[in-house]
Amino acid sequence: MRVLSSLAGGAMIGASASLLLLFNGRVAGISGVLSGALERTPEAHWRRLFVAGLVAGGLVLRFALPSALPSPDTSLLRAIAAGLLVGFGARLGGGCTSGHGVCGIARLSVPSVVSTLTFMATGMLATGVVCHLLGAPR
Amino acid sequence: MTARDVVAAGSGLLFALGLGVAGMTNPHNVLGFLDVGGAWDPSLALVMGGAIAVHFWIARRAARGARPLLASQNALPENPVISARRLAGAAIFGVGWGVAGFCPGPALVSAASLALPPLVFVAAMIAGMRVHRRYFDDPGCSPDRLSEPSPAP
Repeated sequence: MRVLSSLAGGAMIGASASLLLLFNGRVAGISGVLSGALERTPEAHWRRLFVAGLVAGGLVLRFALPSALPSPDTSLLRAIAAGLLVGFGARLGGGCTSGHGVCGIARLSVPSVVSTLTFMATGMLATGVVCHLLGAPR
Repeated sequence: MTARDVVAAGSGLLFALGLGVAGMTNPHNVLGFLDVGGAWDPSLALVMGGAIAVHFWIARRAARGARPLLASQNALPENPVISARRLAGAAIFGVGWGVAGFCPGPALVSAASLALPPLVFVAAMIAGMRVHRRYFDDPGCSPDRLSEPSPAP
């Protein structure tokens, strides 16, 4: 278990969500930000900038903390199946780990708490099946 | 670039660095948290706990209706009811998350590594979002309709 780096990284995520909400009044739910960034509306503008910031952060990590971005041995079929389910499910469910799990719970939104418990439970089930029954690498 | 643009891009950057420091851009660590039947690694709970603790005060401030500093109003999701549709969405999302250990934020950040799995995951994720938008769109879930001020009665 990585106690200090987990708490420090979590605090940075919370600070990011706080800056966006305190100054711009917007919620840092990544699935909503990404899908909204692909629309043609005035609200797409800030979302594109946020996504650009995320990717820029990935580039910074690539050089400053390369161990954070390993090459995962995920098969392409596994990546495609997972991506389709994550994209569809996040939109149907109105949020993902960030929107429900961090921002919604911090607002004490009961639906977000229920959603978070739900996706954690099905996530644990899926990981059990994929890694133990199907033998995919963890 | 307005001040709001700087906040939007800067918070995206900080979010990505936080994910990296927390180890959440490594799907191995995420699967370690979800694999309760194997060698369980509870670190992800500390990441979420740390993020919620830091965000709590600002989030409550906004939920109580305080105005943001650079915008006329907050665009918070109206407190949605717990519907079967939303629960189904959360359940489907969780399955996808548990299959590969990627959720939207870490996947976008990892895509900057240009490794094939996160790039393919992001493309499939966008395709899944488009399928939802085309066939299952629900005004209650649309991020843009959430951002519009409610029309006067």
